Amino acid sequence: MEIFDIFLLEAVVNGILLGGLLALLSLGLNLIFGVIDVVWICYAELIMIGMYAVFVLHTQYGWPLLPAMAAGVGVVAALGAALHQFVIRPVLTAEPINQLLVTGGMLFLLQAAATLAFGIDFRNLGVRMTPIVVGEMSISAPRVIAFAAALAGVAATWLLLTRTYVGIAIRAISQDRAIMPLMGVNPNRVFVVTSALGGALAGLGACLLVLQYDIHPAIGLTFGPIVFLICVLGGLGNMLGGLVASFIFAQFISVGGFFLHIEWGYVIAFAFFIAVMFWRPQGILGAK
Amino acid sequence: MKPLAWAGVALVAAVPFTGIGNYPLHLVIMCLLWAYVYTSWSIMGRLGMVSLGHGAFLGIGAYAVVMLWNHFGLSPWIGAPVAVLMSLALAVLIGLPCFRFRIVGHYFALVTLALSEVTRLVIVALRDYTGGSLGATPNTALAQGNPWSLAAVQFSDKWVWFYVILGFWLGGLWIWARLDRSMTRLALEAISQEEDAAASVGINVTRSKLFVTLISAAMTSVGGVLYAQYQLYINPETVSGIGISLQMVFGAIAGGMFVMLGPTVGAVITLLLQEGLRLALGDAFKQFPALDLAIYGLMLVLFIIYMPKGILGAALEWRARRHATPAVAPR
Repeated sequence: MEIFDIFLLEAVVNGILLGGLLALLSLGLNLIFGVIDVVWICYAELIMIGMYAVFVLHTQYGWPLLPAMAAGVGVVAALGAALHQFVIRPVLTAEPINQLLVTGGMLFLLQAAATLAFGIDFRNLGVRMTPIVVGEMSISAPRVIAFAAALAGVAATWLLLTRTYVGIAIRAISQDRAIMPLMGVNPNRVFVVTSALGGALAGLGACLLVLQYDIHPAIGLTFGPIVFLICVLGGLGNMLGGLVASFIFAQFISVGGFFLHIEWGYVIAFAFFIAVMFWRPQGILGAK
Repeated sequence: MKPLAWAGVALVAAVPFTGIGNYPLHLVIMCLLWAYVYTSWSIMGRLGMVSLGHGAFLGIGAYAVVMLWNHFGLSPWIGAPVAVLMSLALAVLIGLPCFRFRIVGHYFALVTLALSEVTRLVIVALRDYTGGSLGATPNTALAQGNPWSLAAVQFSDKWVWFYVILGFWLGGLWIWARLDRSMTRLALEAISQEEDAAASVGINVTRSKLFVTLISAAMTSVGGVLYAQYQLYINPETVSGIGISLQMVFGAIAGGMFVMLGPTVGAVITLLLQEGLRLALGDAFKQFPALDLAIYGLMLVLFIIYMPKGILGAALEWRARRHATPAVAPR
C-alpha cells in the first residue's frame, strides 16, 4: 500500500473515532431538546467546565484520574440541573427565542467565569499513553478509549430511556408535554432529571475530551457549532438521526482536514450541511 | 414628536462642537456604529427571524473591503459594493433553503449560528491573505500633512467619521421606520404568528422573508465596512463568529427590539456598562480581564428573564399604562 493511502485510511479511522465522541455530545443536546423543547447554546461551555473540573481535581488536588472523572461528570450533571432550575424554568413559558438567548447569556457567563478562575492559558492533563499500532497505522489510544466510552454512554442512555421507570417518564413527556401533567406527572421533576442526565452526558464528553485536547476557556466554541449542526442535520430531538449525522460529519472534518487545513474540514462539513438542507430540510432521518 | 426628533438629531450632531476630548468622541462614534448595526439586526429579528449569524455579514463587510484594498489596490468605494453583493449572495444561499423549507425558530437560530462560526473559520483558514487570528490592517493612504484620503476612505479626523456614521445611523433608523409602515412588516408579523395561515391568505412567505433578510444583511455588511475603515484594524474574533453575533442580538434585546430606538438604547447601555465597569473596577479590571464579560453575561440572563421587552420597550409600556389608567377608570 502506498504511504498516501495509509494516511488517508488513518484519517478515516480517526473520523470514525471522532464520530463516536460527537454522537455522545449530540445525544445530550438532543435529549434536552426532545424533552424540554429548549436548546442549550451553552452546552459546549458545560463541557468546558467539566474539563476544568477533571483537570483541577486531578492535577491540583491529586485525585486519581478515574475518581476525578466521576466527580467531573457529577459536577456537570449538577450544573445542568441548576441551569434548568434557575435559568430555563423562569422562561419556560416565554417566547422560544428567549429560552435560546438566555442560554446564550450563560455562554458568556461560563466562559468569563472560567477565564476569571483559570486564566486564558492552555492547560493540559499531562496523561501520556502509547499509541496503538495496527499494521502501518498508529492510532492514538485516548481516541480509542473515548470512542469506546462514548458508545458505552450512548448505549447506557438508550437502556435508561427504554428500560427504566424514569426513562419511560422522560419519553412520555417528550411525546406529549401537555397531557402528562393531567396524568399526575410532575413535569418539572422530569425536566430536572433530564437536564441532569444531559449534563452527565456532557460531563462524560468532557472526561473523554480532556484526554485528547488542551483546555482553555474558549474551547467550547471549537466543537459547539459542530454539535448544533449535527443535531439540526439529524433532526433536532431525533437521537438516531443525531447518531448517523455525527459519523457523517466526523468524516468530513477528519478527511477534509487531512487534505486541507483543519478549518476547511469544518467549512466543507458546513457546505454539505447547506446542501442537505436543500435536499432534506427535516434532517436526514427526521419525519415530516 | 417631529420637532422633538429634529431637536434630538441636532443635539447629537452638535456633539463634536462641545469640545469633548478625542476619547469621549471615539466612544460616541462607536456607540452610533453599534447602534446602526444593532438596528440592522433588529429589522429582521423583530419579525420573528432571530439570526445568530449576523457576524458573518459584518465579517464579510470588514474583510472584503480591506482585502480588496490591500491585495488588489481597489478603493473601498468599489470594495464596499462588492462586500454588500457578497453578503447578499450568502444571505440568499442560507435564506432560500431556510425559508422555503420552513426552517424557523431554534433550527434557524442554530443554522445561522453555525454560519457565523464558519465565516470566522474561513477568515482564519485564509491566513495567508487575511493574517489569520492576528487580524489585518488596511494599508495606510495617509502621509505626513495629508490627514484625509477620500479615495481610500481614511480620515484621521474623528469628527469626519462622526458625521459619516451619524448619517448611516439616521439612514438605518429611516429604513427601520419605512419598513415599519410597510405591508411587508404586516405580512411578516402574520408569518411569525402562523406561517400556514399567512400563506393561505396569499402572502408569499419565502419572498417576504428573503426581502427583509437581504436588507438586513446588506446593512450589516456596510456596518462591517464602516468598522474596518474607522478602526483601521480588524480581527476575525471581533468582526465575525459567535461572540459578536450574540452581542448584536443582546444589544438589540437589552434596548428593546420592537421599538425604533431600542437597539440604539441597547448600544448605549452596552457601552456605558463596559466603560462604567472599566472606571469602577480600575486596576481590578486589568487583573481580571473577563470580569466585564461575566457581569455582561449575568445581566443578559437577568434581562431576558425579567425584562424581555428591553429597557426602552418596558419604559414605553409603563408610560402607556400610566397614561391609560385615568381613561380606563373615569368614575
